[in-house]
Amino acid sequence: MTDNSNPSRKAAPPGGPALEEARLRQQAIGVKLRHMFDEVVNEPVPDEFLDILRRADERSSGSGA
Amino acid sequence: MSGASTPPPKPPSADDNAFKRELVALIPHLRAFARTLTGDPTAADDLAQDAMMKAWDARASYQMGTNMKAWTFMILRNQFYSEKRRSWRQSQLDQEAAERTLVAVDDPESPVALDELRLALATLPEEQREALILVGAGGFAYEEAAEICQCAVGTVKSRVSRARKALQATLERGGYARDGRAAGDAMRSILADADRLSSVRG
Repeated sequence: MTDNSNPSRKAAPPGGPALEEARLRQQAIGVKLRHMFDEVVNEPVPDEFLDILRRADERSSGSGA
Repeated sequence: MSGASTPPPKPPSADDNAFKRELVALIPHLRAFARTLTGDPTAADDLAQDAMMKAWDARASYQMGTNMKAWTFMILRNQFYSEKRRSWRQSQLDQEAAERTLVAVDDPESPVALDELRLALATLPEEQREALILVGAGGFAYEEAAEICQCAVGTVKSRVSRARKALQATLERGGYARDGRAAGDAMRSILADADRLSSVRG
């Protein structure tokens, strides 16, 4: 009996090594993209934002009441 | 009753408080999205603040429990494009300033180094860039990105796909010059960086 299917190894990715390489590159771009975005997300929020929101909240909840 | 021009005061409601808590939690994300749209930290924070206030003023029209992140991103995006339309001349000037800045930070002495990805992103058409940012970096599903951009899901999918291909091609061929380095270096350094970032995370 011949065994040329070599079941112990995963089949090559569809499209061959060139496509696999392209996939790896896209993955790398994705990682960098998320990192770039997360860098800003992780920055401390300037106080200005909360000050503005607090003033708006005070205005709308009626300080005269 | 004092001041006929002001709306009647209402007590702070539990809904308002819940809305505010959610909105505050979204500020970092609004800042990040604004940064990718404007490319300038100061203009981005102005935009994010305007969007935050628009969302606050429109809180009565928001249904608690629905996707507030997508809702605020849509407000921010609309704000960005309506400001741009109003002052297209100004934004052209801003674009020129941004291009000068890109050149300026290529100075090796500069403490702020724009990396290859940012440069390559800047070469993408705007609608492709925002679609890729929302899906690829912001973590939105295609359906949510379509809601934010107010277009069809299929349109978002094709924009993201074209953006990915164009970005990769730019990084491999070098659609821009940088420090006189060979074009393929951009992709190589991104692969290396991504490796480093993944191993740090994992």
